[in-house]
Amino acid sequence: MSDATDSSGAAADGFEPRVTAFVCNWCTYTGADLAGTSRLHMASNVRIIRLPCTGRIDPLFIIKAFERGADGVIVSGCHPADCHYTTGNYHARRRFAVFHDLMEFIGVDPRRMTFSWVSASEGAKWRDVVNEAVTSVRELGPFQAYRALAPKDAGVAAPTGPSAEAVTQAEAS
Amino acid sequence: MNELREVARTLLTDGTVRVIIGWEDARRGARPVFITDPADTDRLIFDTRCVHNLVTYLNPRRDNVAELGKIGLVVKGCDAKAVAGLLREAQLTRDDVVLIGVRCGGVLEEAELPEAAPLSPENVAPRCFGCDNREPDLVDHLLGESQPEPPRPVTTIDERVAALDAQPLEERWAFWTEQFSKCVRCYACRQVCPLCVCERCVAEKTRPQWIEASPHPRGNLSWNITRALHLAGRCVDCGECERFCPVGIPLSLVNRKLQQIVAERYDYTVSDDPENPAPIGDYRLDDQQEFIK
Repeated sequence: MSDATDSSGAAADGFEPRVTAFVCNWCTYTGADLAGTSRLHMASNVRIIRLPCTGRIDPLFIIKAFERGADGVIVSGCHPADCHYTTGNYHARRRFAVFHDLMEFIGVDPRRMTFSWVSASEGAKWRDVVNEAVTSVRELGPFQAYRALAPKDAGVAAPTGPSAEAVTQAEAS
Repeated sequence: MNELREVARTLLTDGTVRVIIGWEDARRGARPVFITDPADTDRLIFDTRCVHNLVTYLNPRRDNVAELGKIGLVVKGCDAKAVAGLLREAQLTRDDVVLIGVRCGGVLEEAELPEAAPLSPENVAPRCFGCDNREPDLVDHLLGESQPEPPRPVTTIDERVAALDAQPLEERWAFWTEQFSKCVRCYACRQVCPLCVCERCVAEKTRPQWIEASPHPRGNLSWNITRALHLAGRCVDCGECERFCPVGIPLSLVNRKLQQIVAERYDYTVSDDPENPAPIGDYRLDDQQEFIK
């Protein structure tokens, strides 16, 4: 796996993948933090969302990420037997196995969805996971198929439903 | 059929139950019926038109049915699996209901026929092929004669799933997005499902709104994936969601795929044994994790 900044450099066609990472607070987030404090170079396309546990990650989060314009997602948490809440990652493992297979059946390329176990001490593994995920999403290109499903009058990343402003106004009136 | 009426009459007369839910012959074919008067039990029927899964009336969302008093419910094998599902998830206690099981040799695709037709590959409900629960165990009374196996339909659900699986990803995506784009978000699939038990569905949450409510392809995909996933390892394959879908989305294909996934990964088949835990919500230390890095 290529280390360093060239994997995060812009592709020839200017496509920069947007990858959303849902990570658990106790292992992967700390591992990602370690990657940062260790000054490991990695692709900068990943936006991390920290959650208490992989067991807290609903498959709807992933669907929502795709809806809001993500080209790929990463789900990562504690290794089996390491869960802070004892069993959260075991439950997540089953849920995401089923989700993974269902999405493949629906026609979503599984390479857009990366699942991994990264512990608090595995900063280097986190870097590899990120780089591999970004590389494969870069090869696949933007997730146009999903964006094409958007309602015609809405932009790709436009918020769904009424804006916060509109809601406040409606409530006030 | 006399046996069924006799049992129903006895249950109502001796006060064991307050209402019998079964099927009756109506102007447009078979339909569900609620019987409270022992004199009306002669209206009960069971034949190949009795496709409805009446367990939907036990769903805790329908508290107006529970208010009628103790229920006697006529169930086929697939319906008994749905009762087991409710028991497994503590949505029902076994004493809430008297189950009158009927031996079943398969049903038609269509309930609205003036006469019960014998089953043939053309008219049999495809889900009946390969049924493993034609004589339910989870019942208080098991009625009727032993039935022959249902005929093999022209195309089985497994064959249709396999045909889809054989196609490239893009073709599958095109197929499903086209199917789901037809969805009008009437939620009939959810309303009829005996196992969609949430008091408040995630599809109706607005803050935050997880599933876009208006019927457009993106929200429809989100809804349909969510519906299917929430039934993973729970769906009893009664086929009611697909039968009720007003736009004809082949939901049985998604449901069957999920059955195959849990069978393959967790060696799990939905049964009418409520003690057998469902695969989602359970785990093993050595579950497969080949998709995890």
